[in-house]
Amino acid sequence: MTLTLITFLPLIAALITLLIPKEQKQTIRLVSLLAAVGQVILAVVIWQNYNPSLAGVDDVSKFQFVERAAWFSVELGGYTVSADYLMGIDGLSVTMVILTAIVALVGVGASWTIEKSVKSYFVLYNLMSMSMMGCFLALDFFLFYIFWEVTLIPMYFLIGIWGGKNREYAAIKFFIYTLVGSVLMLLAIIALYASVIDPETGRNTFSMVAMANQQNFISGSALAPSEGNLLRALAFFALFLAFVIKVPMVPFHTWLPDAHVEAPTPISVVLAGVLLKLGGYGLLRINFPIFPEVFQQFAWWIALFGVISIVYGAFCAIAQTDFKKMVAYSSVSHMGFVLLGIAAVNSLGMSGAMLQMFSHGLLSPMMFLLVGVIYERAHTREMDKFGGLAKHMPVYAGFIMLAFMGNLGMPALSGFVAEAFVFLGAFAVEQTRLLSVIGTLGILLSAAYLLRAYKAMFTGERKPNAAYEVEGHHGEEHAHFHDWKGKVDLDGREIALLAPLAAIVIIIGVYPAPVLDLIMPSLNRVAEILSAAANVAMK
Amino acid sequence: MNVIFISVFLPLVGFFLSSLFSLTKFIGHHESGKEKLVGVLSTLMIAIPFGIFATLFASFNGEAQIATLYDWFAAGAMSIKVSYQLDSLSLFMAMIVTGVGSLIHLYSIGYMHGDEGFARFFAYLNLFIFAMLNLILADNMVLMFLGWEGVGLCSYLLIGFWYDRKFDGIGIATTTDAANKAFIMNRIGDFAMLAAMFLIFQKISALDYNSILSQKEAFDSTHIFWITLLIFIGCTGKSAQIPLYTWLPDAMAGPTPVSALIHAATMVTSGIYLTARLSPLFIMSPDTMNLIAVVGIATAFIAATIGLTQNDIKKVLAYSTVSQLGYMFLALGIGAFGSAIFHVTTHAFFKACLFLGSGSVIHALHEEQDIRKMGGLAKVMPQTHATFLVASLALAGFPLTAGFFSKDDVLAKTFESGNYLLWGVGLVTAFITAFYTMRLYTLTFLGEARYNTDKHPHESPALMTAPLWILGALSLVGGAIGLPAVIQEQNWIQSFLSSSVASVQAHHLEHSNEWILLGISSIVAILGLAASFSIYSKKTVHVEPEGVTTVLYRKYYIDELYDAAVVKPFQFLASRLLAPIDNRIIDGLVNGIGSSMVGLGGALKRWQTGVAQNYALVITIGLILLVGYIALT
Repeated sequence: MTLTLITFLPLIAALITLLIPKEQKQTIRLVSLLAAVGQVILAVVIWQNYNPSLAGVDDVSKFQFVERAAWFSVELGGYTVSADYLMGIDGLSVTMVILTAIVALVGVGASWTIEKSVKSYFVLYNLMSMSMMGCFLALDFFLFYIFWEVTLIPMYFLIGIWGGKNREYAAIKFFIYTLVGSVLMLLAIIALYASVIDPETGRNTFSMVAMANQQNFISGSALAPSEGNLLRALAFFALFLAFVIKVPMVPFHTWLPDAHVEAPTPISVVLAGVLLKLGGYGLLRINFPIFPEVFQQFAWWIALFGVISIVYGAFCAIAQTDFKKMVAYSSVSHMGFVLLGIAAVNSLGMSGAMLQMFSHGLLSPMMFLLVGVIYERAHTREMDKFGGLAKHMPVYAGFIMLAFMGNLGMPALSGFVAEAFVFLGAFAVEQTRLLSVIGTLGILLSAAYLLRAYKAMFTGERKPNAAYEVEGHHGEEHAHFHDWKGKVDLDGREIALLAPLAAIVIIIGVYPAPVLDLIMPSLNRVAEILSAAANVAMK
Repeated sequence: MNVIFISVFLPLVGFFLSSLFSLTKFIGHHESGKEKLVGVLSTLMIAIPFGIFATLFASFNGEAQIATLYDWFAAGAMSIKVSYQLDSLSLFMAMIVTGVGSLIHLYSIGYMHGDEGFARFFAYLNLFIFAMLNLILADNMVLMFLGWEGVGLCSYLLIGFWYDRKFDGIGIATTTDAANKAFIMNRIGDFAMLAAMFLIFQKISALDYNSILSQKEAFDSTHIFWITLLIFIGCTGKSAQIPLYTWLPDAMAGPTPVSALIHAATMVTSGIYLTARLSPLFIMSPDTMNLIAVVGIATAFIAATIGLTQNDIKKVLAYSTVSQLGYMFLALGIGAFGSAIFHVTTHAFFKACLFLGSGSVIHALHEEQDIRKMGGLAKVMPQTHATFLVASLALAGFPLTAGFFSKDDVLAKTFESGNYLLWGVGLVTAFITAFYTMRLYTLTFLGEARYNTDKHPHESPALMTAPLWILGALSLVGGAIGLPAVIQEQNWIQSFLSSSVASVQAHHLEHSNEWILLGISSIVAILGLAASFSIYSKKTVHVEPEGVTTVLYRKYYIDELYDAAVVKPFQFLASRLLAPIDNRIIDGLVNGIGSSMVGLGGALKRWQTGVAQNYALVITIGLILLVGYIALT
């Protein structure tokens, strides 16, 4: 029941919210907060009871907290289509579940200042939160697809209604991009269903676990793993496109800067913290293990596009003047490491990719929260409109410095461990050696844009046309933002949101073993599946 | 708990305490109490480790000791530990860092008095020592890299400490620009350092020094060449050598104690330390060694010539540091690793003394740094003057000072190795060094006062002069640890370090030759000092650059070159090329697909006329076509 509970807790909150009169904003917020806290508690329970020695991946018996029930069975002209409610956890999903719970809670905290249609906002927010969690837990591809689609709709409205000036354009762009991916994914799912049987029941199945084992494909079926089966390559790319749009991989990334810039802060937090990880997770869980030999054929290309994302994203970040847009491009750059790490096809690179997802899942929410802080106060994110803020917002500047250092790969923070793993893994393989060296440029470029941003906003003197004023005598100056009534530096709520993220970033940087222990066995298994296919391909 | 852990982590504790204090405000007159508390506390956090290292040193028996705290990260074949190695080299370096570090902390209590960011300053300084100790004591390259990046971060934070001040330079307008420049140039070096680590790991799946050195036979010669070359490139960043040296002179934007501690005595020598640490690897690659020697001497010479014409007291010292680091790399390149560390040691003493002395002067003249506006300070600041003079003589290599013995050691070893050209350039550089040192000293302390009459400079408080005296004394007698063979048969520092540093078997010099070399070094130093004194002690001194000196004053236009050849193209690439591509082409394509869909919809919409006759017509035509098709097949 644990997995069902952690998934549908937000749904319960959404249903309760529907019953609360819309004037009682604080009650509505508290209900969502309770659900999110409940999710975090359950995530801790899962973490504590998780047995890291079981690999999972392609063996249901090695999944944990498994819940299975027949879901539906439809007769279609003599052909039975049946799907299961199959949920379970292994090393690929356990860290993502913990991350989702943390980020969803932070997102609720960040939503506290939203005043526009609070009731519908939280209903949609909880729906989104539910579907994200469901995506990481579903082992039945059809169930996964439902959750995947459900993330889309709340997100569309959350950006389209609560977003900035250009919100409708951004929302529709996000929607269409991801919808293109979803349609292709649906086609691949149908083809897979027709080709794979469950070894236990002998019937066709949507189980992703069964699909990850090549023996479960019906010989002669559309997607049977046979020499030169072009359909398998097509199905691979159908899924691949759906997932890399989410990651996002250059050149399918242009929805992201727009979506981020227009989205309200908590939605940016969730988008960068969790939704992008759905892409990387999908690649690791579904795309690559199901079509390992196609993956092997294109591994170098995937690594190449990973490196292009790293370098290109960083260059674009350098060119931005909008703080939030810069952070968005930095996300593109950092998610490129995930692709590079997976494409190395060894446990070092893969654990680096997974760690990078976790680390970026903490750092990017931090960054977007920090962007939100300044935007709320000044109503602008143009970096040149500030200057000299370190003096007036020392705590804020401290958090910014920590987040920036984490992002540019300072050792003893989480980003370094992840990126070092990716580089060492990718360098150890002949195929991706040169690419990994080029990818290291990313750490140089990220220093360039982050330090420049810090300089523009926090150092020097207040600029003549700055977004804030300084008043008072020499030595007693204080800053104030126009029509901002709150504290200039971070208030208690903002610190409470940022501090836990910062703490985890430091803990993982200093002592990543707890996370590594969770993910290693499963990633080793994925690496085995993928390299076995390489050996076959070579023969 | 091992005492090594205590020594490494006390500075970190100091960092946290000072950070907390920097966020709290003591009311009114208690503010000065806070200064005392923070200052004493953070000085203790460095002095106690120094005491520990000194005790360890006293009972050191030459055996390396490894203390492991925990497994940092392990995955697949990799296992990286947080583990510290205490051997003669790391112990010696740790003593320099904490010893000089304590003195500079003490000095800073006086120097930073009344500064708004007093506690923040000490927090950064403590954090720096923590990172530096990690760099030195780490037993593997990853933990070393933590220290390496950590000192870079602290250097960045401290260069930009007064972030709202103006600072002039090429492409630089504020102290923050200088900090960014330092960080990014160091990152270029880090890039190479990382690549070297990848190469090592790929070959032996380990990154701890013991494995690397014990399995060094596993690398073939190409590997060794690339590994050592890449590490050296990494070192050119941190230790300010050609081509990555231009950040160091701009790093003078930081408060002067920072220049003394980070940009003279400790951080910038970490490249020398690392090369010495991996010396068995380096001697396997003669090509890299030659390159190191050539880059070293070239840097020494070029930086010294630039130092001849600079008018900012700290800039002269900065170029002098770059130049002296060049000497150390020369020593490394010819395989005299012990001599390099010897010069690191004496340099730490006299350069720290010079920087702190300059800080004392700058303080007395209310932030004046231009030596054209100084002069005559000997009378009003006797203690600063005396210690500055001693340290200057050591820098110039005046006979029997610490700098004399270490520099002569480097030059003699170069001569010994048969690289007479390198030795010759080294000697010329020594002359130039003596020359600019005397110029700096004379213009600052002798002659008539050229500063504004409304300034009344006076001697700094005892808190600042005490460290000057200690460092001055060490600049005088510090050479005793490495006396040449003609004076003392067994060179102490060479034999002390022999357990952890490789040595190249070289033919030893005849005693008579060694006497001759010592004599030549002495003469060159004295000639340089005398020539300079005769020019600059005149009543009217002409120091404005003209002709060839303009080229030197402008630092060979290297900054301009880098700006035009690297920085500008980079910015162009990002903001004029790639960002527009992203906006117009990629996103244009996406929007194009979007609007063409709308267009297609619009076109198709016309068919939906809503007129029944039209639909009937189309249906009829369709039917006819269909029937016709079936009939034909």
